[in-house]
Amino acid sequence: MRIKNHPIISFVEKKEVNFRFDGKNLRGQAGEPIAAALHNAGIKVLRHSPRHNRPRGFFCAIGNCSSCLMVVDGKPNVKICVTPLQEGMRVEYQEGKGDIDAGN
Amino acid sequence: MLETDLAIVGAGPAGLAAALEAANRGSNVIILERDEWLGGQLIKQTHQFFGSKNEFAGMRGVDIASHFTELVEQEKKIKVFKGATALGYYEDGVLTAAYKRGMLKIKPRTLLIAAGALEKMIPFINNDLPGVYGAGAVQTLMNVYGIAPGERVLMVGAGNIGLIVSYQLMQAGIEVEAIIEAAPQVGGYWVHASKIRRMGVPIKTRHTILKARGTREVEGAQICEIDENWDPLPGTEKEVSVDTICLAVGLSPMVELLWQAGCQMQLSPHLGGYVPVRNGNLETTVEGVFIAGDVAGIEEATSAILEGQLAGLAAAQKIGFEVEEEKIQSIKANLKTLRAGPVGEHIRQGLAGVER
Repeated sequence: MRIKNHPIISFVEKKEVNFRFDGKNLRGQAGEPIAAALHNAGIKVLRHSPRHNRPRGFFCAIGNCSSCLMVVDGKPNVKICVTPLQEGMRVEYQEGKGDIDAGN
Repeated sequence: MLETDLAIVGAGPAGLAAALEAANRGSNVIILERDEWLGGQLIKQTHQFFGSKNEFAGMRGVDIASHFTELVEQEKKIKVFKGATALGYYEDGVLTAAYKRGMLKIKPRTLLIAAGALEKMIPFINNDLPGVYGAGAVQTLMNVYGIAPGERVLMVGAGNIGLIVSYQLMQAGIEVEAIIEAAPQVGGYWVHASKIRRMGVPIKTRHTILKARGTREVEGAQICEIDENWDPLPGTEKEVSVDTICLAVGLSPMVELLWQAGCQMQLSPHLGGYVPVRNGNLETTVEGVFIAGDVAGIEEATSAILEGQLAGLAAAQKIGFEVEEEKIQSIKANLKTLRAGPVGEHIRQGLAGVER
């Protein structure tokens, strides 16, 4: 959910872009992190832990913790909390640790 | 191979302040910043800073970040690499960084590591559920990107970060169910705590979180009282209905590069974890490698700025640039003033154990 009224910060609305998430069409703002656009769309589960298959969400938001690794445009292990959203991106859940050669 | 007088890892308040001071004394500076912007975590600090006006009191963190960024970008002696992640510093004095799908190699005459900190986690059942966020993450999401982290939040930790972020959540129109704090008293400034209490949010000291409820996402939490040994008191469990659990339980210095570089490290609970042993000019046991900001011990942005200035000047002086001794002494005096009083007690104790 986007914060509309704020006493201190005026959020500048950026251009709307379309992207694909897990086969669905979603919209977000150009340049915001992919994680912000997903959170705004109500998507909190970003990954499942490789061993116990537990749902994982976003935790640190600044690229430290690896809790938000996803496959973006075919490339695995992308930290979506610090990766800017662009028109037409394909964002998918990652299976396991991801193929290191994929998307390179 | 790039050559420079001073390489700086991290463009937060410490790194930027250091770059400006060093460049001002004649040093050529290279800054490596992992993110695509400068200012580090200042960019999400929407509150006004305390302290003296020399250190930007009254300004909001986000404005201090723009102020520094502008100065650094105007300074011709400073070259900034954004999106560059430092990887290692080796025995031959070469610093490497991942940059644009390739590698940068830099041979700096002096090096400043100002890498900042990471958020701590505490153990409780289901602490990995989506909806359990670090306080810094909540700030980033709502203050930088304008997205509400949830509708109802349980804040864990009543230090300054827990208090300030609770207030900022309410500014953004989000409900804060309660702030819980394991210690018998509020850790942050009373002025922040009073403001929050006036807004009707209870601060429950001697409380902890036992578990997060929910299967795919946080749907609630169970909290309880703890005794003087910090053990849960049976029979005091209480359910709270929240969709977000925000952890403001401290930070640890991000010291991997310093371990790798071979600096002597020491565990200092007062400073947040392992930190490098250093001299009074913030130089580590590896000659020419300096530290400033949270990597040297968890404090806040004002001390990071002062430490950055000190380390920047000391690094310039080390390789022969002229630096007035009075300037160095006056920064040290300012740091001392900032750490005076009961709030700075743990910092003073921590520093006493790691300064040589």
